[in-house]
Amino acid sequence: MKLTLKIWRQANSEAKGNMITYPIDGVDGDMSFLEMMDIVNEGLINKGEEPVEFDHDCREGICGACSMMINGQPHGPQRLTTTCQLHMRKFNDGDTITIEPWRAAGFPVIKDLIVDRSSFDRIQQAGAYVSVNTSGNTQDANSIPVEKAKADEAFHSATCIGCGACVAACKNASAMLFTSAKVSQYALLPQGEVEATDRVMNMVRQMDMEGFGNCTNTGACMIECPKGIKLENIARMNREYLKAETLG
Amino acid sequence: MSVLDSKVPKGPLAEKWVNHKNHINLVNPANKRNIDVIVVGTGLAGGAAAATLAELGYNVKTFCYNDSPRRAHSIAAQGGINAAKNYQGDGDSNFRLFYDTIKGGDYRSREANVHRLAEVSGNIIDQCVAQGVPFAREYGGLLDNRSFGGVLVSRTFYAAGQTGQQLLLGAYSALNRQINRGKVTPFNRHEMLDLVKVDGKARGIIARNLVTGEIERHGAHAVVIASGGYGNVFFLSTNAMGSNVMAAWRTHRRGAHFANPCYTQIHPTCIPVSGEHQSKLTLMSESLRNDGRIWVPKNIEDAKAIQEGRLKGVDLKEEDRDYYLERRYPAFGNLVPRDVASRAAKERCDAGYGVNKTGQAVYLDFAASFLRYGKIEALTSGHKDASEAEIIALGKKVIENKYGNLFDMYRNITDENPYEMPMKIYPAVHYTMGGLWVDYNLQTTVPGCFAAGEANFSDHGANRLGASALMQGLADGYFVLPYTIGDYLANEIRTGAISTETAEFDQAEKDTRARIEKLMNGAGVHSVDYYHKKLGLIMWNKCGMSRNEADLKSAMNEIAELRADFWKNVKVPGSADTKNQELEKAGRVADFLELGELFAKDALDRNESCGGHFREEYQTEEGEALRDDVNFAYVSAWEYNENPRDAKLHKEGLVFENVELKTRSYK
Amino acid sequence: MSALVKSSLARKWVMALSGLFLVVFLTQHFVINITSVFAPDTFNEISHFMGYNPMVQFIAQPILIIGLIVHFIMGIVLELKNRSARPIKYAKFSGNANSQWVSRNMIITGLVVLAFLGLHMYDFWAEEIGYKYISANPEDPTRYYEELVHKFAPFWRTIIYVIANVLLAMHLWHGFNSSFQSMGAKAINKGDGLRKFTYAWSVIIPAGFIFIALFHHFSHS
Repeated sequence: MKLTLKIWRQANSEAKGNMITYPIDGVDGDMSFLEMMDIVNEGLINKGEEPVEFDHDCREGICGACSMMINGQPHGPQRLTTTCQLHMRKFNDGDTITIEPWRAAGFPVIKDLIVDRSSFDRIQQAGAYVSVNTSGNTQDANSIPVEKAKADEAFHSATCIGCGACVAACKNASAMLFTSAKVSQYALLPQGEVEATDRVMNMVRQMDMEGFGNCTNTGACMIECPKGIKLENIARMNREYLKAETLG
Repeated sequence: MSVLDSKVPKGPLAEKWVNHKNHINLVNPANKRNIDVIVVGTGLAGGAAAATLAELGYNVKTFCYNDSPRRAHSIAAQGGINAAKNYQGDGDSNFRLFYDTIKGGDYRSREANVHRLAEVSGNIIDQCVAQGVPFAREYGGLLDNRSFGGVLVSRTFYAAGQTGQQLLLGAYSALNRQINRGKVTPFNRHEMLDLVKVDGKARGIIARNLVTGEIERHGAHAVVIASGGYGNVFFLSTNAMGSNVMAAWRTHRRGAHFANPCYTQIHPTCIPVSGEHQSKLTLMSESLRNDGRIWVPKNIEDAKAIQEGRLKGVDLKEEDRDYYLERRYPAFGNLVPRDVASRAAKERCDAGYGVNKTGQAVYLDFAASFLRYGKIEALTSGHKDASEAEIIALGKKVIENKYGNLFDMYRNITDENPYEMPMKIYPAVHYTMGGLWVDYNLQTTVPGCFAAGEANFSDHGANRLGASALMQGLADGYFVLPYTIGDYLANEIRTGAISTETAEFDQAEKDTRARIEKLMNGAGVHSVDYYHKKLGLIMWNKCGMSRNEADLKSAMNEIAELRADFWKNVKVPGSADTKNQELEKAGRVADFLELGELFAKDALDRNESCGGHFREEYQTEEGEALRDDVNFAYVSAWEYNENPRDAKLHKEGLVFENVELKTRSYK
Repeated sequence: MSALVKSSLARKWVMALSGLFLVVFLTQHFVINITSVFAPDTFNEISHFMGYNPMVQFIAQPILIIGLIVHFIMGIVLELKNRSARPIKYAKFSGNANSQWVSRNMIITGLVVLAFLGLHMYDFWAEEIGYKYISANPEDPTRYYEELVHKFAPFWRTIIYVIANVLLAMHLWHGFNSSFQSMGAKAINKGDGLRKFTYAWSVIIPAGFIFIALFHHFSHS
């Protein structure tokens, strides 16, 4: 199939970028979106131009590196799918596809479609852990029973791959789905309870410092999340935060 | 040729590790504050090691090429992690885990290391649970286990189909805690380009900031390489696109021996290659083999018809199908270990029985399981006279509950519905057992340079059992390396801060810059991927699932020629002082082009078949692997000597005092 | 307090609580007004009570005004902050693919409702203040119904009331259930009972106001 791509090109974080149009031919439905981008790049390299840079690594939908706004939706039109797992059969011959980087003050562009998501790391550094030493001398694993329903819920919150689609989709570029998923994972487990107060306060403070917007409950994040992280996590974080603020 | 000393402590097997820990040198806490350690790679092994080292009091710098440690490819492991907890009371023990691992590795690993791995396996689970890793649980609130990869006990802990991600996030959280305390300084989007040695000891690295292109010097009292495996030498593999051998290979070039490069694990249940554009292969959990039956057509005409699209596999009559694993290995059937299953698939496809247009695929069929589970489901739900269609529908539900996410993934990638048509699978490169040679302390042959996780030649011998990679990465990172490194660092307390303003750093930086310069100034004929794909084809065709002398010799020559052509004609657009993914790739492929040749040389040297290494000349009459314990019960450790083909072989003899060497039989 | 409002989550709480308070007020307002349709005398009685009871006048009314102002100012502050969280806009943004228009445009529905409130305050509240405190007229417990009917006589004003209430409904459609989510109410994610209730309420109350406006317009023209 033949496609027209409109791709954001930006030489570095300081440069002014713009959309450039690239026609492409010979796209096969079995290709993943990134394999289609590989072909674009192979063509550019052969012409002596700089290829389009984009983050990607595992190409299995689990590392969370890939991050493209495709036709106005993070990771493209298919639900519960990362860009690397999006296949070209979802598009039609003759389509025009707009490809942009995540846009958020908390995710400055590094080059082309690559953004700096270190803000997510810093939010986690602020408290997304249990402060146990890695000595291996903790109590036996089965001495901490966890109700299965809670364990499953914590697991579901923990499936977040940190790709940033929630921020990209949100009209306010809010990072609350991400932050709340991390808060929830620990809030739901007995291991995390001890530090719950400090954790939620510190993580929310860091999230705010990174320049993300506020949540206005549009729910776009949940719909666009490739792992289906639920809005319920945000409610839980709000609750945890209130508890921390009022009860200390 | 010299004989390497692995420094395995004396004493009975089960007491070696405890005794060793009791007697090695320790660094006092006040001194640890003055000691810097560099950790390259932040996956399970690197992340865990960095966190623990920082916790012990050392100053740690971590390096990873990704934007965050959370993206390391440890994340992609699906199935689980082994631990000899014996929670199921099915007779598991440290010894059994040790024995299974030694046997699974085809008796090509070091007894003492493997036993240590088994000893600390239980601590890993305790540690991870304490950190809040959400393992699967039973209704009683205790941890669930499953059996995995053809062993006789249930010792695999798991978190749905993403155990790797959950364990990595656990290690990453421990790392984050230390970053927050200021004990770890992370250098993300950085790539190690060289190891710097001063007076024969590892004293730092040269790294490139991948965002700005700056070349940086980092000094330390010790360097830990935990940069993963080199499966991407095959171009197509289940590794992440960025996974590479650079850190390990640069270390090798600076004097660390590279061990057993030819031991590669080819995983049997991957989605077949669909076309030329393919950039990577996707693995589906081996657990599918618990319920799927593997087959190809019995008659070559049917196979042809299927390849040409004239016939559908699902329409083939039962008696026209060849369930070749069940036929060849009646005892283990579809659950034979990975190397055996992979080779058997290749054998059938090479004989012309493959079932997709390329002829490189076999069926993994769940029809029998639909019926089997459907019947149970119908009976237990009181539906005594269910029709076959109803039974199949019920069975599909059961399978969906067990493997729904895998079936969805298959459907998304192939656009075929695996509930209606049998899946097609083919083996793919998955894991490399070879790597930097290390002694019992995980130290390489360069003093002060250590290697952990998949990057070292490790504990898996010639073949790795399922759910053991995560175990080894975390064992090395959390519980082995942080202590054994102290034995070395105890002698470094008087060294003082490591200056990077020395002649050695000057030289290393100069070498690095020259290399980048050379890459940027190729004649500009072919892209990096062009070379990588060519290398991959040579590796797959001649150094893949089965190898022979003639092919290996020609592979060595072809790779040497390709490497020369690469350095002359490679095309790297853009500039070196900015983000430049082509330059990053070029540096990695340049190293693969050297490693590939050593790989072939190692395979050529090993005149036996063992584990993932199958030499066509060395097989039984039935086509099974023929090991040669008399002549090859050793680790091949190669010393760098300019040209890979001139690498010098050192041997570490493997002594088995606690297990009897047997022929692995799954018949 | 200022530290509290600096946090994004605390701001959510402020929006949610002031919003919920306004929903309660609206409900109360509606209950009083609907009496004008079938019991003008009752309407007069309640209106008189509301207009002259000191508790209502000097405690409830200022709280209401503060609540309104807080909701409005915080809404504007959040909107500006949220806009600055994405300094460079997307060339293409498919919001409709993942969220409701009303949820993304609370500022529009909110500002329209606010503009309408200006007219509304001028119509009733300013006149009332003028009647009571500036002209210092004597108490007349029977005047309210007539005033109400009189207001809805002109067609233009009735239409504005109708439009404003449609936008109010849109604002409530997202805002009402959203406030429970913001406060972390477990009920909003357990089944969809509470959510359905908020949707129903968001339609019923403004529809009721529209009915009252139309009723008086047509029955007295």
